[in-house]
Amino acid sequence: MADLAIRPQDMQQELNPPLVTGGLSYRDITEKVSGICESKTPRSWYIAIGVTGSLTAVLGLMLAYLVANGIGVWGNNSPVGWAWDITNFVFWIGIGHAGTLISAILFLFRQRWRTSINRAAEAMTLFAVACAGIFPLFHVGRPWRAYWLFPVPNTDLNMWQNFRSPLLWDVFAVSTYATVSALFWYVGLLPDLATLRDRARSKLRQWVFGFLSLGWRGSARHWKHYEAAYLILAGLSTPLVLSVHTIVSFDFAVSVIPGWHTTIFPPYFVAGAIFSGFAMVITLMVIARQVLRLENLITLKHLDNMCKIILATGSIVGYSYAVEFFTAFFSGNPYERFTFLNRATGPYAWAVWTMFTCNVFAPQLFWFKKIRTSVPAMFAISIVVNIGMWFERFVIIVTSLHRDYLPASWGYFRPTVVDVLTFTGSIGLFLTLFLLFARFLPIIAVSEVKSVLHAQNAGH
Amino acid sequence: MKTGKRYWRSLGELSDTPQFREWLHREFPENASEWTNHASRRTMLRLMAASFGLAGLAACRRPTEHIFPLAKGVEDYVPGNPLFYSTAFALGSAAFGLHVETHDGRPTKIEGNPNHPASLGAASAFAQASILSLYDPDRTRSVRQGRRRSSWEAFGEFAKDYFRDDGDGLRFLSGEVISPSLEAVQQHALQRFPRARWIEYEPVSQDQAIAGAELAFGRAVRSHYQLEKADVVLALDCDFLGLDAPSLAYTRAFASRRKVSAPKSEMNRLYAVECNYSLTGAAADHRLQMRASKMALFLAALAAELKLAPEMPARAQLSDAELRWLQAVAKDLAAHRGRSLILAGPRQPAVAHAWAHALNELLGNFGTTVRFTAAEGKRQVEQIRELADEMAAGRVKTLVILGGNPAYDAPADLDFSSRLTKVRTVIRLGLEEDETSALAHWLLPEAHYLESWGDVRAWDGAVTIQQPMVAPLFGGRTAAEVAAMISGYPYQRAYDIVRNRWGGAEAAWRKALHDGLIATEQVEEVKPKTRLDRILATPLPPSVDGIEIVFQPDASVWDGRFANNGWLQEAPDPITKLTWDNAALLAPSTARTLGVKSGDMLLIESAGRQIRIPAMILPGHAAGSITLPLGYGRTKCGRVGRGVGFNVYPLRTSNAMGFAAASSVRKIPGSHRFSLTQEHHSMEGRPIVLETTMEELRKDPRAVEKKTGRHELFSLYKEPTYDQGNQWGMAIDLSACTGCNACLLACQAENNIPIVGKAQVARGREMHWIRLDRYFEGSDEEPSIVFQPMACQQCENAPCENVCPVAATSHSPEGLNDMAYNRCIGTRYCANNCPYKVRRFNFLDWHKDLDALQKNQYNPDVTVRMRGVMEKCNYCVQRIQEAKIKAKAESRRALRDGEILTACQQTCPAEAIVFGNLNDPNSKVSKLKKQARNYQVLAELNVKPRTSYLAKVRNPNPELA
Repeated sequence: MADLAIRPQDMQQELNPPLVTGGLSYRDITEKVSGICESKTPRSWYIAIGVTGSLTAVLGLMLAYLVANGIGVWGNNSPVGWAWDITNFVFWIGIGHAGTLISAILFLFRQRWRTSINRAAEAMTLFAVACAGIFPLFHVGRPWRAYWLFPVPNTDLNMWQNFRSPLLWDVFAVSTYATVSALFWYVGLLPDLATLRDRARSKLRQWVFGFLSLGWRGSARHWKHYEAAYLILAGLSTPLVLSVHTIVSFDFAVSVIPGWHTTIFPPYFVAGAIFSGFAMVITLMVIARQVLRLENLITLKHLDNMCKIILATGSIVGYSYAVEFFTAFFSGNPYERFTFLNRATGPYAWAVWTMFTCNVFAPQLFWFKKIRTSVPAMFAISIVVNIGMWFERFVIIVTSLHRDYLPASWGYFRPTVVDVLTFTGSIGLFLTLFLLFARFLPIIAVSEVKSVLHAQNAGH
Repeated sequence: MKTGKRYWRSLGELSDTPQFREWLHREFPENASEWTNHASRRTMLRLMAASFGLAGLAACRRPTEHIFPLAKGVEDYVPGNPLFYSTAFALGSAAFGLHVETHDGRPTKIEGNPNHPASLGAASAFAQASILSLYDPDRTRSVRQGRRRSSWEAFGEFAKDYFRDDGDGLRFLSGEVISPSLEAVQQHALQRFPRARWIEYEPVSQDQAIAGAELAFGRAVRSHYQLEKADVVLALDCDFLGLDAPSLAYTRAFASRRKVSAPKSEMNRLYAVECNYSLTGAAADHRLQMRASKMALFLAALAAELKLAPEMPARAQLSDAELRWLQAVAKDLAAHRGRSLILAGPRQPAVAHAWAHALNELLGNFGTTVRFTAAEGKRQVEQIRELADEMAAGRVKTLVILGGNPAYDAPADLDFSSRLTKVRTVIRLGLEEDETSALAHWLLPEAHYLESWGDVRAWDGAVTIQQPMVAPLFGGRTAAEVAAMISGYPYQRAYDIVRNRWGGAEAAWRKALHDGLIATEQVEEVKPKTRLDRILATPLPPSVDGIEIVFQPDASVWDGRFANNGWLQEAPDPITKLTWDNAALLAPSTARTLGVKSGDMLLIESAGRQIRIPAMILPGHAAGSITLPLGYGRTKCGRVGRGVGFNVYPLRTSNAMGFAAASSVRKIPGSHRFSLTQEHHSMEGRPIVLETTMEELRKDPRAVEKKTGRHELFSLYKEPTYDQGNQWGMAIDLSACTGCNACLLACQAENNIPIVGKAQVARGREMHWIRLDRYFEGSDEEPSIVFQPMACQQCENAPCENVCPVAATSHSPEGLNDMAYNRCIGTRYCANNCPYKVRRFNFLDWHKDLDALQKNQYNPDVTVRMRGVMEKCNYCVQRIQEAKIKAKAESRRALRDGEILTACQQTCPAEAIVFGNLNDPNSKVSKLKKQARNYQVLAELNVKPRTSYLAKVRNPNPELA
């Protein structure tokens, strides 16, 4: 078992400037974080969830309308068989990646600054995967038969799935990802749930948190098993960060369609996923930090670190775009060449240039420390990156499909109102889940932050 | 009749208002309450008794007369097995023999009758779609007097009473009468009513050709072209492969000279001079764009060039390029004496037809490439003009309109519909409730040709008896029956009228029904002589200053009669790929002059009348000319055709039925959205449709192969071998394909393919399993056109198969890419991954609004796909299975080549599509695939398509290169 104790000399550099500011004590941290979910629910929360809940209801209505009428209520057509549905799927799956990266890879790399943000990022992962899961299940023509995608015994299909299909790989990749992420998140929550249980005043809270904390008492034995389980789950999650989006990218890379059939997709998709995920973490954390007054726990240093990751992954994404274009021309394949020329100059050029601006140019601003430490600036850029990454998936999916081999079958995709409302609704669902999380569970991993505080204090 | 106390069940009944009675009346399904006579107790009991007796019989909607099925394996009716009957379809003056497939007494599919000289086994898009009109829920459903529901009996009583005199002020108006039995009734009616007259009018007629023959020969003749014998053909505004002639047999003959199997083959050469881009123009080796009004002059100049006529000022009006073209053509024609042919189209004035005759005679083509038969010299436009004048003068008291829709399609200057109101009694027999029905005093439901007895004569005199396959769905009767009823013809029922017209022994009659040909009437063959002096004395039509407008029948709705036919409305126009619409077609240069782009609204004025219609730019259209397709903008029509497109009849006058001068054309505010099935028209330099020339092929027989480039194709995996049993494949000869849409309609009928409507076509959701890709090549101003029928290629390495997560599409051992609809959950991944984009997805429930009546057309051998399911061509797998079962029943192992015909192949007039077993080296398809012209589209993807194409060959004149 790895020795996870932090030696003071290791911490010197990492903790300068400190990760917990304001001279908070252990008790202060507990009070601060637990207090959020124990205090009287503020009015602003009700207003916020009122808005996002309505959007979630819109999502429900749109999905009901979709099931009642068919995929034709969206703008999908022939040749553009996939459009916003799969764009949204890849977008949401991508968002999730930051959470797993923070909780698993940064954990293994002993990046202590992760502790203040990992809980929220992991929660975000789960909610994003939940949103993502909606789309492949509902984008099928007969959603009441979507369970045929799973290898469950059934008499109506009476045969195995086609294991050669990347869509089936998706099913396994995404469901594994969702399961492991949920477990990881829950295991990490245990000590904090127990804290909430211990602090609970009402019977209901005592009962609920008592049930959820699985009898956690904080004994050394508990901690030992806990640390081991956490490490194992981190080890399990680490390959998932890479594999899930790799497999999602296979949906495209395995096909014969120019613009899809490229081997660069796996690394390019993973980098893009982390890029978009961190942007979403910033978007959410900046708001949470402000509203919940967590500036001492989520410091500018945390935000600065995340901006640096966005800068790095954004550059990888930009490089990938360039390589894609170069390969298209270098390959000598006329179809491939046309597809990329068509992307840059065809009817969807506006989408492509939006993508370039948002994903390649905007994050370059993070070279400046001033911008990396300016909360409004990073918030604006994170939104821009989110938009850009949605467009990236749209560009890959729609521009490749709308003009492929035979010009006679070329077409154009226009979204319908239902497309727009379904996507907006999924954002509503995501935010609703996040608001519920922020209200009822500790948004910051209290026990983990305390370990940082310990190291920080020991260092002085 | 009131007896005893009056009890009531509701307040409505107590008050007994007319509304309540109407509600009561309507409570029951339509027709249930039709019988409104008051019955006494006795009649009531009598009827009850009769009803019980007939109850068992009422279930069968079978005609009581005997009709005879083709002996296609079944002696008698076996439930579940289709029966095929011979009949014929008429369109204007032309008739086409058909075989109609029926399932359990329901006609389901129309196929060409191979015995019939005008069909040769093919069926046009119109003929095939006509089955949908049989089941049209918007048909006239009952006899009506004014707005009141009435009955045939009531009309019979009325007729007996009304038609007593000698026919003073009585006029009959019908379409062109090509039915010998109707002719007999017609003659009887005219004898019975000596002062009556019978007017025949078709909006698309052969009037000018008849007039041209009279001018050239002094007598009316009908021309018959022997295209298989012609080495050089000049078609002048004559779409003989499309809409301007009974094109099925012509297409067969023409295509037989286009399929080049060896470099030594002799290929014909087609020159087309035309205004609009037609199928003939697309097939031509050389095409000259010319305004319709200038073409007579072109022929006169050609006559001068060939020294038939003295030099005329005509030549001066031709441009240098046109002259050079003309000289080359003249030289080519002269070099092929007796083996050349000049055709003039029906829109051209009489003098153009006369010049064509004179030139054909000069070139020695009479008796070789063109034959003549006697024809009647009646000019339809003149007939209807006289009728309209009489109506205006109030001399018409009774007008019996048998079919047609003159209130919509009569020449605009005749003001037909308003003059119709001056007629005291208008009796109208009509298939549907249209503009004319609305003005009729008596509305009689017409029987569809698939539900009635009749007979029709094809151009060459072949007569086919039309058999009913189902008893009239709405109690309709035929024109002959109505005329017989009015005139007291000795036979009243359609069967008796037809049977007695032909007489003869029962055995011969049965054979005629079986074969689909009762007799080839000896049409008098004539050998006319041209009178050059008369032609020379006839002035050429004046040249049109400014923009001319040209009227032509539409490839989807013809003259408007198919406006309520969803299959045809959704069938894309072969050239423009426009569905559910018509448009003012114009050249890019004309559009520039007018400052319009496709979709902009135009206001076109001619002879004091005006229409609004959207413009559509058609590369290759003659400059300074606008083509206006007829048949759209119907105001009173069923739910499919109402308000679709723009009516151009208001500009068409009786003295300019072909083309006219527009007094003004200008852009007006507003725009219109077209629904096109193909929006990109260039091949982008990709090797998709390969084209070569005869010359190139002679020099290098492997010229085609070189165009695709060589591809090193290999697989990383061990590939399955397909060398056992039947291995299905298809070869499509692009040299023969004219792009006529017949295959598309055949596929639609055979495979229960739904229509989706204009809005969904605009969204790119049309469902056709086979589409005709049309590409322009060359410049915008002078492009050439190629067609490529594109359906599932049944790839051996099918990219669709490995991406389906539920294995709903997989390969059969016979090489078919099968679709298991029940297994499909609709991820659409297969369609995304199809390089040919031939898969079609049921985005919505296309059958939701389908009337129960229309479902009768469905082919029970093919599943109707629900929404959310992917579908595509499967080489008519139901036909393959049927043939295999049959072979098994006959204890045969092997299927004979040609035993299975796919629906598209069966109906292709050019025989461009060949399907068969690739494992049989002697099959037709194997032999075609061995030809040097054979290639696979996108072969470089190594998907190994089972459908391959034979490169298109053109035979250009080296002098014009």
